[in-house]
Amino acid sequence: MSLTALDYKVLTPYILLTVWACVLLLVDLLIPKDRKGITALLAALGLALTLGLTLTQIGSEGNGFMNMVVLDGFSTFINALLLISGLLGVALAYGYIKRMNIERGEYYVLLLFSVTGMMLMAQAADLIVVFIALELLSIPLYVLAAFNRPRSESEEAGLKYFLLGAFATGFVVYGTALVFGATGATNLSAIVAAASVGTSNLLLTIGAALILVGFGFKIAAVPFHMWTPDVYQGAPSAVTAFMASGAKIAGFAALLRVFATAFPTLAADMTDVLWALAALTMILGNVIAISQTNIKRMLAYSSIAHAGYILMAFVPYGNLEVRDVSIAAGLFYLVSYVFTNFGAWGVVIALEKSEGKGLEISDYAGLGRKHPALAAAMTVFMLSLIGLPPTLGLVGKVYLFRAVIDGGFYGLAIIGVLTSLVSAYYYLRVVVTMYMRDGEPVTERETWLTITTAATAIITVVVSLVPQFLFAWAGDAVLKLF
Amino acid sequence: MNFFLQPLTLLTFFPLLGVLVLLFIPSDRKNILRWVALGTSLIVFALSLWVLRQFTASDVNLQLVAQYNWITVAGWNIQYYLGIDGLSILLVLLTGFLTPISLLSTWTAVEDRVKDFMIFFLLLEVGMMGVFLAQDLFLFYIFWEFTLVPMYFLIGIWGGPRRIYAAVKFFLYTMAGSILMLLAILYLGIYGQTFSVPDLIAQHNIPSNVQFWLFLAFTAAFAIKVPMWPLHSWLPDAHVEAPTAGSIILAGVLLKMGTYGFLRFNLPLFPEAAVKAAPWIALFATIGIIYGAAVSYAQKDVKKLVAYSSVSHLGFVMLGLFAMNPEGIAGAILQMINHGLSTGALFLLVGMIYEQTHTRELKVYGGLWKITPLFGTIMLIVSLSSMGLPGLNGFVGEFTILLGAFGSKAINNNVYAIVSALGVIMAAVYILYMFQKMFLGPQGEIVDEVKKHGHGIRDLNLREIITVLPLLVFIFWIGLYPKPFFDLMAPAVQNLVNMLPLP
Repeated sequence: MSLTALDYKVLTPYILLTVWACVLLLVDLLIPKDRKGITALLAALGLALTLGLTLTQIGSEGNGFMNMVVLDGFSTFINALLLISGLLGVALAYGYIKRMNIERGEYYVLLLFSVTGMMLMAQAADLIVVFIALELLSIPLYVLAAFNRPRSESEEAGLKYFLLGAFATGFVVYGTALVFGATGATNLSAIVAAASVGTSNLLLTIGAALILVGFGFKIAAVPFHMWTPDVYQGAPSAVTAFMASGAKIAGFAALLRVFATAFPTLAADMTDVLWALAALTMILGNVIAISQTNIKRMLAYSSIAHAGYILMAFVPYGNLEVRDVSIAAGLFYLVSYVFTNFGAWGVVIALEKSEGKGLEISDYAGLGRKHPALAAAMTVFMLSLIGLPPTLGLVGKVYLFRAVIDGGFYGLAIIGVLTSLVSAYYYLRVVVTMYMRDGEPVTERETWLTITTAATAIITVVVSLVPQFLFAWAGDAVLKLF
Repeated sequence: MNFFLQPLTLLTFFPLLGVLVLLFIPSDRKNILRWVALGTSLIVFALSLWVLRQFTASDVNLQLVAQYNWITVAGWNIQYYLGIDGLSILLVLLTGFLTPISLLSTWTAVEDRVKDFMIFFLLLEVGMMGVFLAQDLFLFYIFWEFTLVPMYFLIGIWGGPRRIYAAVKFFLYTMAGSILMLLAILYLGIYGQTFSVPDLIAQHNIPSNVQFWLFLAFTAAFAIKVPMWPLHSWLPDAHVEAPTAGSIILAGVLLKMGTYGFLRFNLPLFPEAAVKAAPWIALFATIGIIYGAAVSYAQKDVKKLVAYSSVSHLGFVMLGLFAMNPEGIAGAILQMINHGLSTGALFLLVGMIYEQTHTRELKVYGGLWKITPLFGTIMLIVSLSSMGLPGLNGFVGEFTILLGAFGSKAINNNVYAIVSALGVIMAAVYILYMFQKMFLGPQGEIVDEVKKHGHGIRDLNLREIITVLPLLVFIFWIGLYPKPFFDLMAPAVQNLVNMLPLP
């Protein structure tokens, strides 16, 4: 039971970030109240260093801590994406929390802790570690959601997220217990070994289903999405932007690893369930988004809808011939979603005023005339969310649909494209408002906000034209199975 | 550098250079913006003539090919693949030709946000050129969908009172069809391990039940774009609300993307399904011809009248394409050009008078010929060309199509050709009705109305004459001596017909 260097090597980025976050918590005490920007800078530095360390791990594989955690192409890809999300999250928050008078150093520290939880989630190879990681990523997010404390919306968001999150975790734990009862193991590889010989299949199926429910909450899949609009709307926008990307990536990573590694024997049953989940999520998310007038709520429903699209990549997880393609498709879609999502939230933040003003879609009237660059960026993000060229959204959707067609799920593909059409209606409404209605929008100009929005817009367009390296990377980032 | 100097790459992406220049010009220097955009589009037209010079009509293969691997990782095989042949050369020329004319028409009509307008227009040109040149399905799809975005803005920002409704309707309708096509494209890409159209055609191994579904998905996209009856309802709205330049390009080029899609993809990729579908398409095309003509006659708005006439004219094109013999297809291609010229000119002229009167209500017009003789004469020529008078371009196209439709083995029923011939007569009715209401008879109330606010209605000025003159040249040229145009496409058309498994 002794730990070797290899054990630590598997987790070096995670360890670095955890230590960094702990130290930052102390250092933050020494930083004067009016100079919390330094904390932000240090947090970003930590994320950047960890990102660099993660990138050196490309191509290396291994497992450690008695098979509890694993390092493979998949986890490295996810970790890199999570760290980029963290960086973008810090950049968006920097000016925003100052402007909203909620600038406190803990913000960045909590964000770092949440990222560590997400990274652990991507590397977890044991249901117990999955549970720990889930808590580690969620608890800081609960606090962050309620960060705008005196405002009742923010408090409500925090509490709601906490209650439903705890409920969801309960499902995961209960599912884990049942899986343990059925197989006598919590380790993913041990589960699959036991399941292939075992007979007590029903217990295992119920356990897996409960775990799916728990993750369904985290990724905001219908019908476990009820908390999303309220939480996304009530939480500070910078938190929402981070939550919408980070928590979703981590949830998907764990879901995929757990199901592909531990439950391939259940694929016959689970495929139908996932099919229905994906279809429902796409349909409901997109249809309800139509009637939203608040941009944060609209983006919340849009993120539900996008969870549905990503879920499509999971449907053929049991089909070995297309599994790798669909995993790559899911990963690529996550990348496109992250950049588009952060960009869109960046624009929302640029227009948001204190007291929750400036968040109606009608507040965007005239943006095309007054702030052409900002409006152009928002147009790029909206087109990307619809899935139109020349944006990452299109390439991501094409990749996903290819995986789904490859797997033979034509019905799901058709639902996918038709709901995209529905989504065009409400995304276009933002564009219509910006360019075709007159108004006097007031925006905030903050250096980091501008840089983030511009960079994500440029990435969204340029990478869509030269996606080769990302395709190749996502294609290589397959799961290491036991 | 080699990559950018390929003739077709240059032709497709040159407008982007203009966009780049426009971005750096302050938005209050309206005339400079206009000249830069016009200059860019003229260079693009010159480039398209340069391409024509290098083009050999007798060669049925793709020419001036620019082919590079684009995305060839992780199981993808997408190419950057441009090429031109006899099926597309005329449409490429038409695009290059109509864009500067449209831009000239905006000289005084577009005063608001000139910079944005010009940028969107040049972006649109990139998309249109790309659609006609792309030989890789994925690349084609990107250009195809991309044209939606600038056109949506052109209608939505510079359009009439119901512009937002029209823009969104245009967008959603067109997208509805194309996303189904996307699935079919992906299926083809997986099935054939390539997205390259010539390779897919050469493989020729799609089972016919699969062909049926793929044909249907592609048809959804193209039939909406054409638009075929009964999917046409977005067209009148888009046309009526679009600014003049938008209408010209919409009628002149964008609708052709639909018919071109049938020609380039549906016929050679799914030949068995296409042959089976021919009688049905012919039926819908014939209904479209008659329906479009009848509804045209009932319109009170000039622009709407012209818009519905497009439904009728494009019915002819569809009939010709699915006659599947050399006459039918060649006539259809020529009719695409003719429709671009005549209907483009009609929209242009209607736009010119609208600029002065700000109304398109037929009933307020009348007796304009006396006041604006030159305008009246040109309008008469264009109207006659649109209704297919012998000696003008419309006749050549429609006659050849009907020739093809009669005795077509694919359609196998002469009723369609006979009924469609009625459409030619009906065209004369609604076109002459429009001309009579506007230019003949007692003076309309609009004449005095305009006089109250200033000088009264004036005849065409020099810029307007220059704008419309090139269109007239081709209207006569094609009408009197269409041989060079047919020669350009004949070998390619014959080659296409040879591929079809006709009964």
